[in-house]
Amino acid sequence: MAKLLDKQRYKCALAAMQTVQAITRAIPILHSGPGCAQKLSDGIGSSGYFSPNIFPCTSINEKDVVFGGVKKLDSTIENALKVIDADLYVVLTGCIPEIVGDDVGETVSHYEDAEKPVIFASTAGFKGNNYRGHEQVINAITEQLLEPSEEKEEGLVNIWADVPYQDLFWLGNYRELAKLVEELGLKPNVIFGYGNGIENIKKIPKAQFNLLVSPWVSLTNVKKLEQKLGTPYLYIPTLPVGAFETSRFLRTVGEFAGVDSEKVERIISEHEKYYYYLIERYADLFLETRVMAKQFSVIGDAQYTLGITKFLVNDLGLIPAQQFITDDTPKQYREAIKAEFENLNYGLKAEAVFETDSYKIHEAVKAHDYHGYPLILGGYYDKEVTNELDGHFLNITWPVQDKVVLDESYVGYQGGIKLIEDIYSVAVQRWN
Amino acid sequence: MAINTNSSNVAVRENRIGSITGYVGSLKDLAQQSECGTLKGCARCFSQSSTCLSQCGLGQLAGIRDVAIIHHGPAGCSVAGAGAYYLDKTMAKKRGVTNNTVYVGTDMNEKDTIFGSAESLRRIILEVNRRYSPKAIFVSSSCATGIIGEDIDSIVDDVRDEIDVPIAAVHCEGFKSRIWATGFDISDHAVLSSIVQPPKQKRNTVNFKNFYESARPEIIEMFREFDLEPTFLYCNSTVEELSHLSEALATTCICGTLGNYLGNGLEEKYGVPYVRTINPLGITGFETWLRAIGEATGRSEKVEKYIAEQRAIYIPQIEEIKKELKGLRAVLGMGPGYTFEVSRVLNELGIEVVWALAWHYDKKYENGDVPPSMKYLLDNGVDFEASVADQQNYEVMNILKKYQPDLYLSRHPGSTVWAIKNGTPAVYVADEYMIFGYKHTLEFAHSVLNSIHNRSFEANLAKRVKLPYTDWWYEQNVDKFLVEAKK
Repeated sequence: MAKLLDKQRYKCALAAMQTVQAITRAIPILHSGPGCAQKLSDGIGSSGYFSPNIFPCTSINEKDVVFGGVKKLDSTIENALKVIDADLYVVLTGCIPEIVGDDVGETVSHYEDAEKPVIFASTAGFKGNNYRGHEQVINAITEQLLEPSEEKEEGLVNIWADVPYQDLFWLGNYRELAKLVEELGLKPNVIFGYGNGIENIKKIPKAQFNLLVSPWVSLTNVKKLEQKLGTPYLYIPTLPVGAFETSRFLRTVGEFAGVDSEKVERIISEHEKYYYYLIERYADLFLETRVMAKQFSVIGDAQYTLGITKFLVNDLGLIPAQQFITDDTPKQYREAIKAEFENLNYGLKAEAVFETDSYKIHEAVKAHDYHGYPLILGGYYDKEVTNELDGHFLNITWPVQDKVVLDESYVGYQGGIKLIEDIYSVAVQRWN
Repeated sequence: MAINTNSSNVAVRENRIGSITGYVGSLKDLAQQSECGTLKGCARCFSQSSTCLSQCGLGQLAGIRDVAIIHHGPAGCSVAGAGAYYLDKTMAKKRGVTNNTVYVGTDMNEKDTIFGSAESLRRIILEVNRRYSPKAIFVSSSCATGIIGEDIDSIVDDVRDEIDVPIAAVHCEGFKSRIWATGFDISDHAVLSSIVQPPKQKRNTVNFKNFYESARPEIIEMFREFDLEPTFLYCNSTVEELSHLSEALATTCICGTLGNYLGNGLEEKYGVPYVRTINPLGITGFETWLRAIGEATGRSEKVEKYIAEQRAIYIPQIEEIKKELKGLRAVLGMGPGYTFEVSRVLNELGIEVVWALAWHYDKKYENGDVPPSMKYLLDNGVDFEASVADQQNYEVMNILKKYQPDLYLSRHPGSTVWAIKNGTPAVYVADEYMIFGYKHTLEFAHSVLNSIHNRSFEANLAKRVKLPYTDWWYEQNVDKFLVEAKK
C-alpha cells in the first residue's frame, strides 16, 4: 500500500540499471519513459564505458501507452545491437509496459540468435525497490544465461555482496572481499567492477561455492544458483569491517573451503599485527578526543548498519544506541537480522529498527540521550539533525553529498582503519 | 495561447507550440520551415535515454522555500527528492536563509496499481501538512498513477478544506511529452493557478526567472541603478513573494525555454509585460535585453547610462581576447533556450559554429512568434548546420567524430565527458549566468581559451579509452534513425 516515503533512501527496481552497468561491457536497454535513467543515476562515478545518458531507451510516449510499446522495443533492441558495442544487453522494464501488459519476453526472444546475448528482467518501479531490482537482474542472468557445469574449478568462489552504486563503496568493497578470498589461496570470481564482465558470468557455474556477504540482499540469488546449478553457498550476513569481523570472515570462509587452519591463522596474525600497530599509535587520540561520546547510531541499509555496528562495538568499544535499517528489508529476514544485532561482545545488544520514514528516524534520534555528542553515520539527510544535536556526522549511505569515493572501501582490516580515519577526521575539527 | 488556470492540466509543448525533437538540416531551413508552417518533427526508431518532465516541473517547484511536494508514484519517481533536498539546503545556506521544503514520495506498489491508492494519498497529504506546516502543497502524478487513472484532482479538492494553505494537483506523467521543458510550463501553471494573487499595488519589482541565482548579487546591484528590484524565481522564492508576482513592473527570464509560460501567463492574466528579447548573453544580447527592460519599466535613460559606463570597461577587454579566439570551430549541444543564444555569442566572439544541436525546438512561442534567438541569427545572415537531437548522445558523437571541432559546448550533466573521450575539449556551460552580461562574456571567453590551451586531460583520457559506439554507427548519416512522425 502507498505510504509516506519521507526523505527516501532507496530508489525503485528499475535502478537495477546500475547493477547492469556495474558489469563491465553490459548495457541496460530501458523499456520505460524517457527520463527514468537520468533520474535513477547519481553523479557518483556513473559515467564510464557506458553512462546512463546513453542507455538505449524506448522513451515510451502517450501512443505507446495506448497501443503498446513492443514495436518500439523491438527496433530499440535491434538498433542497440548495431550502434553499441557491448557484451551483454539487458532489457529492463519500467512501470508503463508492465501496467499496459507488453509481452517483453516475447520481443526479447527474437534475439535468441543474436551475436551477443540479450536477456530481460522485470523491474517495474512499483514491484519493489532497487535492492530487489538488483536481485531481479542476477536472477535473470541465472535463468537466461547460465547452465549447470560438469566441470568445477577448484577453489573458484563467486562473491556476491551489496548493490552497486546504491552502495557508495561498492567497487572497493568487492575488490577488498576478492582480495581477502584470494589471500586464502582461493580464486575469487566477481561479475561487477573493473575488468569483471561476461567472462566472469560464464565462470559462475564452475565455482566450488557461492559466497554471499550481505544481511539479506541476494539470498534469493544464491538459493536460485544452488537450485539451478547445484552450487552450495556460504552466507555471511555481516560485512567484515575492521579486525574483529575480518578475522572471523577469514576463518569462516577458510573452514568452508577447506583451507588449512594454520594457514588461515598465519594470514590473520600478519594482518592483525599491522592493524594493532596502527591502533596502538592512535589509541590515545581515540581515548582523549574530548568531543567523542561513546554512543552512536547508524542510519542506512542492513549491510552498513550491521557491519558498522559490529565494528564500532567489537573493535572500538563504543556503545550502540538504536540502529536504523532503511532498505525496506523484506519481513522474512528481519528476525535473523535483529538477532545479529544482539550478538555483540560483552553481551551487548543493539536495537535494530526497520524504518523507511526518515521523519520517524529523526524523531527517535532527537528523543534519545546519547550522553554526549552523538556519532551518526548515515545519509545526507541526517546531517542537519546531527548538527542540531551538536553531533559528529559521516555521510556513508545513500544519498551521498558529503563525500567523493573513487575506490575506497570500509571492508577488511584496511577498511576498518579507513573508517576510523574518516570518523576522527570529523571529530578533530572540534576541541570541545 | 490562452492560459486556463481553472484546469490543473497543461497542454504539452508539442500540441501547444508545435515543439519538435527530431530534425537534421540547417538553421535557415529550420527557421523558414517554422515560419511557413511546414516544419514536421521526426521521431526516432532508436533512442537513448533523455529527461523526464517531472524532473523539470517538480524540480522547479521544490526550489520554493518551505513548501511540500508529494510525488505520488513508485520510489523511482520521487528519488528526485534526494537531489532537491541537497539543492534546497545548499542554495538556502548560500543566501543565508533557511529552506524547509520537503519532497516526499508515496512508494506505490503493485497492489496500488490494481486497487488505486486514493485514501492513502489523502492521508499522506494530511500527514505531510501536520508534520511540516508547509506554505503550499503540490501533489503530483507519475506515469503509473496517470495510467491507472488515479484522480489526484479530486483527492486534492477533497482535502482542500482541511488545509489552510494553497494546494494544487500537478500532472507530471513522464510519457505525455518528449519535451521535458513541458515540466517548466507545468510548474509555472501550478504557481499561476494556485499561488499568484491579483495585484493590490504596483511595486518596482521585476520578476526574474532563472535556475540557481548565481548572479543574484550583481543583478540586484545593477537593477538598483535603475531603481528596480529583481525577484528571482523559483530557487529560494517564498510563497509570499510569489503571491505578489502580478504586482511587478515586468517579467524577464535568463532562458526563454524556462520562462516562457510564466511570462506570457502573467502578461495575459495581469498585464505584466513580458520582456521577450534575445537573452542577456554576450554583448548584443545583454544590451538588447537591458534596453527592453528599460523600455518596459520606463527607465531607458538610466539603462543607456549604465550601458555606456560598462562598455567602456569591458568592450576593450573583450575585443582583445577575441583575437585569440578567432578561427576556432565549435559544436554545441544544449536546450533550445541556450543553443541559439550561445551560437550568437560564439559568432560575436569570432568562433565558428560548425554544428548546433538543440535538444528540442519550439516552433513558436506562446505569443505566436518564432523564438527571438532564431530571428536574430536569420536577420543577421548567420547560418550553420543544425539538428534537433533530444539529447541523443550517439548523434552528438557522430557529429564530433566527423567534424573534429576545437571545442564542444554543452550544459547537461554527463554530456561533456563524451566529447573529451573523442579528444574534443569541452566547455560545460552549466551555470545559466556563465555568459551573462559583459563581465561573464569576458570570463566565458577566458574559459574557452583555458579549455583549449591545456588539452592534457582529454588527451590523456582519449588515448586510453575505447568509445562505446560501433564503427558501423560512425559510418552512418546522423539522421539514420529519424523517421517521419506520424500524427
